[in-house]
Amino acid sequence: MQKTDSQETMTTDDNSKERIDLDALRARAKDAGPQRMWRSLEELADTEEHRAFLHNEFPNDPEKDPAGTPRREVLKWMAASAALAGLSGCTKMPEQKIVPYVRAPEEIIPGKPLFYATTFVQGGVGTGVLVESHMGRPTKIEGNPLHPGSLGATDIFAQASILDLYDPDRSQVVIHEGRISSYAAFLSAIADLRTNLAPTKGKGLRILTETITSPTLGWQIQELLKEFPEARWHQWEPCSRDNVREGTKRAFGRYMNPVYQFDKADVILSLDADFLYSSPGAVRYARDFASRRNADGTGAKMNRLYVVEQGSTTTGAMADHRLAIRASDVPDFAAALADALDVQLPGLGSGKGKTPAGVPANWIEALARDLRAHRGSCAVIAGEQQLEAVHTLAQALNVALGAAGNTVIYTDPIEASPTIGYTSIVHLNDDMDDGKVQALFILGGNPVYAAPDDLNFTRNLLKVNFRAHLGPYEDETAELCHWHVPATHYLESWGDARAYDGTISLIQPLIAPLYDGKTAHEIIAVLEGHADKTGYDLVREHWKLQKFDKGFDAFWETSLHDGVVSGSALSSVLVKIDSSLTKEESHFVLDHFPGFPFGPKADTLEVVFRPDPTIYDGQFANNGWLQETPKPITKLTWDNTAQVSPATAEKLGVANGNVVQIVIRKGGGARGIEAPVWIVPGQADNSITLHLGYGRTRAGRLGTGVGFNASTLQLGAEPWIAVESIIPVDLKVTKTGKTYPLAATQHHSMIDANGHKEELESVNAFQRELVQVGTLEEFRRNPKFAQEKTETPPKELSLYPGYEYKGYSWGMAIDLNKCNGCNACVVACQAENNIPIVGKEEVMRGREMHWLRVDTYFRGDLDAPETYFEPVPCMHCENAPCEGVCPVAATVHSPEGLNEMIYNRCVGTRYCSNNCPYKVRRFNFKLYSDFVTQSLVPLRNPNVSVRSRGVMEKCTYCVQRIQSAKIEAEKQDREVRDGEVVTACEAVCPAQAITFGNINDKQSRVSKWKASPRDYTLLPELNTRPRTSYLARLRNPNPDMPKSEKG
Amino acid sequence: MRRLEFMGQVFHRSTNTIARVSIYGAVFLIAALGWAVYELSASPYVTDVNVAKDQPVPFSHKHHAGELGLDCRYCHTSVETSPSAGMPPTQTCMTCHSQIWVKSPMLEPVRSSYRDDKSIQWVRVNAVPDFVYFNHSIHVNKGVGCTTCHGPVADMPLTWRANTLQMSWCLDCHRNPEKYVRPRSEVFNPHYAEPANQLEIGLELVKKYKIQSLTNCSTCHR
Repeated sequence: MQKTDSQETMTTDDNSKERIDLDALRARAKDAGPQRMWRSLEELADTEEHRAFLHNEFPNDPEKDPAGTPRREVLKWMAASAALAGLSGCTKMPEQKIVPYVRAPEEIIPGKPLFYATTFVQGGVGTGVLVESHMGRPTKIEGNPLHPGSLGATDIFAQASILDLYDPDRSQVVIHEGRISSYAAFLSAIADLRTNLAPTKGKGLRILTETITSPTLGWQIQELLKEFPEARWHQWEPCSRDNVREGTKRAFGRYMNPVYQFDKADVILSLDADFLYSSPGAVRYARDFASRRNADGTGAKMNRLYVVEQGSTTTGAMADHRLAIRASDVPDFAAALADALDVQLPGLGSGKGKTPAGVPANWIEALARDLRAHRGSCAVIAGEQQLEAVHTLAQALNVALGAAGNTVIYTDPIEASPTIGYTSIVHLNDDMDDGKVQALFILGGNPVYAAPDDLNFTRNLLKVNFRAHLGPYEDETAELCHWHVPATHYLESWGDARAYDGTISLIQPLIAPLYDGKTAHEIIAVLEGHADKTGYDLVREHWKLQKFDKGFDAFWETSLHDGVVSGSALSSVLVKIDSSLTKEESHFVLDHFPGFPFGPKADTLEVVFRPDPTIYDGQFANNGWLQETPKPITKLTWDNTAQVSPATAEKLGVANGNVVQIVIRKGGGARGIEAPVWIVPGQADNSITLHLGYGRTRAGRLGTGVGFNASTLQLGAEPWIAVESIIPVDLKVTKTGKTYPLAATQHHSMIDANGHKEELESVNAFQRELVQVGTLEEFRRNPKFAQEKTETPPKELSLYPGYEYKGYSWGMAIDLNKCNGCNACVVACQAENNIPIVGKEEVMRGREMHWLRVDTYFRGDLDAPETYFEPVPCMHCENAPCEGVCPVAATVHSPEGLNEMIYNRCVGTRYCSNNCPYKVRRFNFKLYSDFVTQSLVPLRNPNVSVRSRGVMEKCTYCVQRIQSAKIEAEKQDREVRDGEVVTACEAVCPAQAITFGNINDKQSRVSKWKASPRDYTLLPELNTRPRTSYLARLRNPNPDMPKSEKG
Repeated sequence: MRRLEFMGQVFHRSTNTIARVSIYGAVFLIAALGWAVYELSASPYVTDVNVAKDQPVPFSHKHHAGELGLDCRYCHTSVETSPSAGMPPTQTCMTCHSQIWVKSPMLEPVRSSYRDDKSIQWVRVNAVPDFVYFNHSIHVNKGVGCTTCHGPVADMPLTWRANTLQMSWCLDCHRNPEKYVRPRSEVFNPHYAEPANQLEIGLELVKKYKIQSLTNCSTCHR
């Protein structure tokens, strides 16, 4: 094996101005003490840039150029605009038309939304959703409380999927060889193809899909293969669960689907698994996990989470003990842990003496003791991007620790035909290369963009005589196919899918296809010669073949209404470790890492590939909401980066935004990319994370040309980790000397943690406690630890007499112990409140419009910090500083305690946002709302104004939902019940970390949360009396653990 | 310098008066301008109050609601349950007009709408701006009669806007609901006449229906 010379190529360049002296920072972090929270390295370094953001709301404001417009000019323009604005008041309302139905459809009441259950599918796995529909227009996705994968919540992808429906860049017509064609022409081409295929029994016909869990589609393809037995079905997608499947096969002798029940787990070990954020079932897992983070009340037992991971993830941030090691070290860690627990596997070597570097002494032993002490109530989960050996070990540990059957159940695979995607695409690829493929149907997915570069998929694809593509965009793959058929969005489709636990739910359309879209069901039917069958016919046809107790119609009606097929969850299967497998048999087809466990390595650099936290594998590249969602922990928007730890950055001699060239050589070939660096505190040293999904060339107007395509570096055989110890590669990282601007929101809306900074030495100096953290032990000893650290001035301190809130009094509480920083609330708020996106340049100026942001804080050691999240909406202060300064009373207080923002009064002085200590107000510097694109009009929530330029806006506590609940209650002559007003962020939260309600009702959930001793508010010393309060975060560390751990 | 002796004053004495008049007059002028703008904004030209609109079918509320005595809710079905009162689909017209006046040329747009499945495009008479979120159902449920806002609909051959629907007009009732509320049983009575002791009854109803004087902004603006 070649020795990598990456160390030599790490040139140091002292010209870099932004470079931060890490040693000085480490010393500073140490001086500040272990309690000091910091938001970035720049904050610790107290750089100019950071201070600018702290003291100015918009430090990079181009309009603020002092040498620019002279004062007289400004006054002139102001006078003119005032006059014109005045005149606009005199305009006559334009004549409007009322267009009623000819025959009114049943159930639709104008002005009242309807909700329909359907299923959002990602990576093949379905999540039940309820979709809000206004007069036939879907406008908002909510979770389906009856669906086990949702329980009423969703993730960011489901929330943002509604935007894809209305995306103006969607593919709208059938394309044949680059020209607009028709579906009829496509049908006649298929008819010809069928005639040609019939004599050879379909030889040369290939179908490439992504992972399919749909029972109907699986059945259809099997039927097709009966007609054409020589045809083949391939399944591949870039972010597949191959390793999970393969790992279970090596452990149990067949493919199994592990389903975790974290609500039953007292001790959880994650082996590089971001299971709270990015696995199928993450929404449910986050709920179950959070349900065990409750320490209030007697008898409450908190779980304990150990995370061993390479990157900084949301799951790692929730860990009680986190260990950052290279991804390529995780297999050795797992083997060493298995040894410590005396778990032997026939196919795998012993990890004895091979504990990876960077694992503190006794860490594994203490962990093993804790796991053993919680036999039957612990769980081990391995990350989808980890080697299958880790999965095998994780499952073996689960069996050995009695977790199997208790906290982890194993079911039959949820896939209609479980396949190892990589093997499948390699077969297809080789056959294309050999000219064995006559006709290829790519139903979904974008392999031309995403297939690992070393496959030469594109070259081989062009050897196929008949290439057809079904997809939502005319993307990279569509461009190279003879035929492209626009795919329907799931809100326009009939279908079905299985959830993470196998539960089946139906997909029903909310709206007729906006364009001439088709589903994979219909294309397969066309191949079968049934061009007349619609998706509806096909799904019903499949389900009519099944047996039902109460008959088909009853099943159909109930399943559609509820959004789940009741009792369809796959049942738990008893497992045992298959000891008959030899090492050879149990190996992955390509047998590419014979030396496992690998043993401690020197500081070799590795490159790790991950799905992007917001645009996933690239399928959401054109989704502006997801592009602009600040990625958890890094807070980056609109780009991907090469993420490294501070120490690795130091070694490479790079700072944030410096561009590095990463070259991977394998065999004779070399592949390289240039990527800007982003330093992530807490990431494992000597490890570079690259996120997939960027660098699209035909994504649409938002996604094209954004970021770099990491998949060009991916090696098919081992797509997730490139390191010489696992696969013979030669990795080189070189500085290019270029810099690249990145839009990170980490410094935006920063609350100054040092009150009275200039008086730091004086008695007035104090450290603000913005995120309150304690250990479970501290909490038990002193439950009021959070409140004691802050001081709320007495009510009488205000000059004004207090207002007595009678009736309703709205308030919110956010439990930091549950929040895992997944951003679902941010995207849900955007969808509910018609919040526009602003684009990368404007984000760099600090002008992003999110009403709700998730602040990320670090604490402690620079190299292995603890990470904390804090969602910050408007605080709805009872003594709101913004209200007093508005010259036109555009922001005022309601008798129910809402801080109201009146757009039509706002003249845009921005005094309010200047005076907001929490920095939650957002200003429309430009016309961010798209009033022009017709396809986006029906997306809007009709109950919320679309704001125009020059208007301030902010969180309203979803006042439209409050008003509608109040009106319904008034009509029934009763009070609004607790839980009737659910804000968008509260509804979507997978962890149920947000609660909202009437604080005058002492029985309401929010009142009970606020009565918790952990309850505290932000900046209470300002006497703003916020209505939004927080419950302090608790950690549950293992007293047995060595103190010198990293993390 | 000498020549100056022959020059008189630059301005005639009368300019003093003109200056005074124009300075004081400007105040009146500005006031007059303001008054004109106000009058204009409140005039039927801008507000459309009392302006009957041409409609594709000259539908007469006077005939249907007044003379025939059809209940408002026969056509405006969702007024008690939804923010929107609801505009009747063509089908509603055809419930009667498939039987009576079937040959009337005036009703041809209705029949062709039903035949061709194309909506009738009515001209909107009552409208509030897009930043106002008005809810019919809560007003109706709290004893605000149809005619309180929509005027004597039962006397309108062609419908016109009876009130400005401007914010001051809304606030008049929101501040003093007792001046306008009526018993729930009378809400849909188009001939309801305000009793002499309205204030007395009003105060009683405000109490009985738990009517709140909601004047905070987010009641209507979101």
